[in-house]
Amino acid sequence: MSSTSAPLSAQSLDALEVPPSGGASGARDFAHYLTRKLAAAVISFVMLLVLGFVIFSLMPSDPVESLTRGHATSARQMQFLIRQLGLNQPVWERFGHFVANTLQGHLGYSWQFETPVSTLVAQRLWPTILLMGSSTIVSILLGMWLGIHSGWRPGRVLDRVSTGTAITFWSVPTFWLGIILLVLLSTGFGPIPSLFPAGGMSTPGTPGGLTPAHILDVAHHLVLPCLTLVLVSFAQYQMIMRSSMVDEMGTPYLLTARAKGLRDAEVRRKHAVPNALLPSVTLIFLQVGTMITGAITVETVYSWPGLGYLTYQALQIPDLPLLEGTFIVFSASVIVFNLLADLLYRYLDPRVRRA
Amino acid sequence: MTATTQAPAPPEATPPRLIALRRFAGEFATRPTAVAGLAILVAVTVLALAAPLFIHASDLDVINAPGQPISPPSARFPLGTDYAGRSILPLLIWGARPSLAIGVIATALTMILGSTIGLLAGHYGGLTSKVLMAVTDWFIALPTLPLAIALAAVLGQGDTSITIAIAVTSWSATARLIRAQTLAVEARPFIERARALGARDDQLMVRQVLPNVAPFILVSATLTVAGAILTETTLTFLGLGNPTDVSWGAMINQAFFQGAVSAGAWWYILPPGIAILIVVLGFTLIGRAVENILNPRMGR
Repeated sequence: MSSTSAPLSAQSLDALEVPPSGGASGARDFAHYLTRKLAAAVISFVMLLVLGFVIFSLMPSDPVESLTRGHATSARQMQFLIRQLGLNQPVWERFGHFVANTLQGHLGYSWQFETPVSTLVAQRLWPTILLMGSSTIVSILLGMWLGIHSGWRPGRVLDRVSTGTAITFWSVPTFWLGIILLVLLSTGFGPIPSLFPAGGMSTPGTPGGLTPAHILDVAHHLVLPCLTLVLVSFAQYQMIMRSSMVDEMGTPYLLTARAKGLRDAEVRRKHAVPNALLPSVTLIFLQVGTMITGAITVETVYSWPGLGYLTYQALQIPDLPLLEGTFIVFSASVIVFNLLADLLYRYLDPRVRRA
Repeated sequence: MTATTQAPAPPEATPPRLIALRRFAGEFATRPTAVAGLAILVAVTVLALAAPLFIHASDLDVINAPGQPISPPSARFPLGTDYAGRSILPLLIWGARPSLAIGVIATALTMILGSTIGLLAGHYGGLTSKVLMAVTDWFIALPTLPLAIALAAVLGQGDTSITIAIAVTSWSATARLIRAQTLAVEARPFIERARALGARDDQLMVRQVLPNVAPFILVSATLTVAGAILTETTLTFLGLGNPTDVSWGAMINQAFFQGAVSAGAWWYILPPGIAILIVVLGFTLIGRAVENILNPRMGR
């Protein structure tokens, strides 16, 4: 911001966005951009903490009552709990404690598991990353391919069929699709034998570790939840990619490529697709939020031991500290991915560096 | 002028908004997907509203259910029975009521919240707009289901908390759309004219801008209902709904947790899901058609 380069002189506010030209200032420029985006992410996180505090600490009318529901509790025990939970302190002090604790990774104690929420979250994090990662990669590949080909020839059979399928799968509740696949491919239906296990991440009683047998076992358990998530989410990637392909269709550089005598497939692959990818890549990163939504219900249906299933287990009590922990972890991960999307976009699209 | 007999009908005879509406209806009718979507919704709504005429409380009663638990379709129970031995067909029809009601009420709340914030941000600009849009963008980025779950869990089981949770998580997209449209409308000369005639801010917003952005609120509403119904069934499936209510989400919840999967009871699992699919598809088809008609550049 203290840059002395020319464009900063006159229009102070707008100029913040316009980096000075010239190679030497490129790095400083990027530092500015990074600082701005990081600051935005930090503000988002602080707002998230405020929201979490409002929902979980201010909205429940009486946490002590819900905590002791179903148990005979004396007045002295109630008093003790109120003091232990810090409910007799002023709101600002409680918020301060909450922020300090969260930043140190203390997310409170789960009521039902009677362990620190952070330990539970750490245990359940990797299964969720495995499930969401694998399904995201498969659905991006599938969605991109369908989007590229249906956007290249809009209105043709492939476009109509795949767009129709995409809208239909978007309208299907994720958990219901999961149950259907479970009945079809796990319970076995009619001529279909039981192909896949019904739930969990590995067969109970088998040794863990990084043995080939265990990896195969996990992969076998992964197929159905992954397939469910792919079916409900490939549509978004397909629609994003399709519309950016359609946007590229009328551009003059494609006409030039054709005039050079390139074959249709080459024009598509070498010229249209790289340009259409640009807007898609960022949008793909922004889909993480919807993937999380899917993960919660899919993990519930397949009892996949991840954060989504943990959320469901917390809901049954309801175990508020645990819910708060998963809420903050889910939302914070979305903030992180949005930041990554911003940085990646700048890296991928040279125009943004100067715009 | 009054004496001439062959004067053409005065153009004021039909107000311009009515003409626009007619043109809109004409375009709508030429789109088969839109008409199909509308037909679906009319059929489902009529069935849901008429349900009390042919479904009695005894059909929905868990105690004294007439059939065996989870038995396949038969002449007496066309869609089989559920975990308590109730016939699934009346449950399925009754289940449309809470889903539609919550979907529509939550959407109405969403529209009120989203349009108000969008209008204010678009009209006032400056710091107001910056702050409102920062909050909106932040809400757009938040993952919907964890927030809805958190809200519904804290507010307690039931329809009210589900409705509030949906409204709080879905207003942001509408706010963004309405702000953009407000900016577009306010750039037009008739706003300047109204301002010159001494219209106050609230008059400008309510009487000049609002009628012009109303079609976009309608588009947003049809697409929001679809999402709201999906969120409603998801939250109910996760056990946040009213436990005594008959709804599609609750039916799938009961089917899943009362052993329909291991029994292979397709007649129990399929109908509520297909019903959700059809209704959501109906709203989505209408929403996309309306969007296309209002903004032909978006589709195709």
